[in-house]
Amino acid sequence: MTVINRRTFLKGTVAGSVLAVAASAGLLTPTRVLAAAWPAAAFDAKSVDDALKGLYGTSAAADSKAITIKAPIQAENGAVVPIAVSTSLPGVEGIAILVQANNQPLVASVALSGAVGYFSARMKMGKTSDVKVIVKSGGKLHMASQQIKVTVGGCGG
Amino acid sequence: MARETKIRTRTQEGAVEVLVLVTHPMETGMRKDKASGKVIPAHFIQELIIELNGKPMASASLGIGVSENPLLGFRSKTAKNGDKLKVTWKDNKGESGTLEAVVDA
Repeated sequence: MTVINRRTFLKGTVAGSVLAVAASAGLLTPTRVLAAAWPAAAFDAKSVDDALKGLYGTSAAADSKAITIKAPIQAENGAVVPIAVSTSLPGVEGIAILVQANNQPLVASVALSGAVGYFSARMKMGKTSDVKVIVKSGGKLHMASQQIKVTVGGCGG
Repeated sequence: MARETKIRTRTQEGAVEVLVLVTHPMETGMRKDKASGKVIPAHFIQELIIELNGKPMASASLGIGVSENPLLGFRSKTAKNGDKLKVTWKDNKGESGTLEAVVDA
């Protein structure tokens, strides 16, 4: 099955104010959320750490075995790499997917309010890279990582 | 350009999986037009929200790293057949789309 590389990250607490903003966003009307919620700083960030700081106010995430990444070990076409994330962690508030070697690592960040801890998407990968998945649960960040090898890149010509 | 939004539901691992597909180019803003040599401006979906029976179920912020024609999957343990789903999305150029469907898993 999948090979998961784990890295040790500093453990720490999550800034409460950022969580409050994220939590309240789910309660707003869709139009309001559509207008204001997109975290530009996180998506513009050039590194995984900066993207996480833009999203959650901290990049401190603890490695977790309770996160399952379902993705190919080798992707033939970097333009379309399927990934599915599921987790047995309780009370999942959000899931974020980051491709470390991409120019802008943050691929997607989802806030879950009535859904279970699962998210699937198709992502672009410029080259072989570690893919990091962050799950926010109980106010803390949990992380899992998997390397995906790419034979043909998917970011530009 | 016309964009098509599709919703499909199915039962997966004891939950209702909602799959959302939007036909959208998801331009990164880093590609060049091979004929003219000009950079193709970024054009991608930024926000996509799913509501179940009028209540938010999931809201996704997407970046340029999401593939063309995004296919996003979410799961709910509370959704049941006949429940109402509504998907709303908006891109960085202000285009938007919405679609309502009924859970049929």
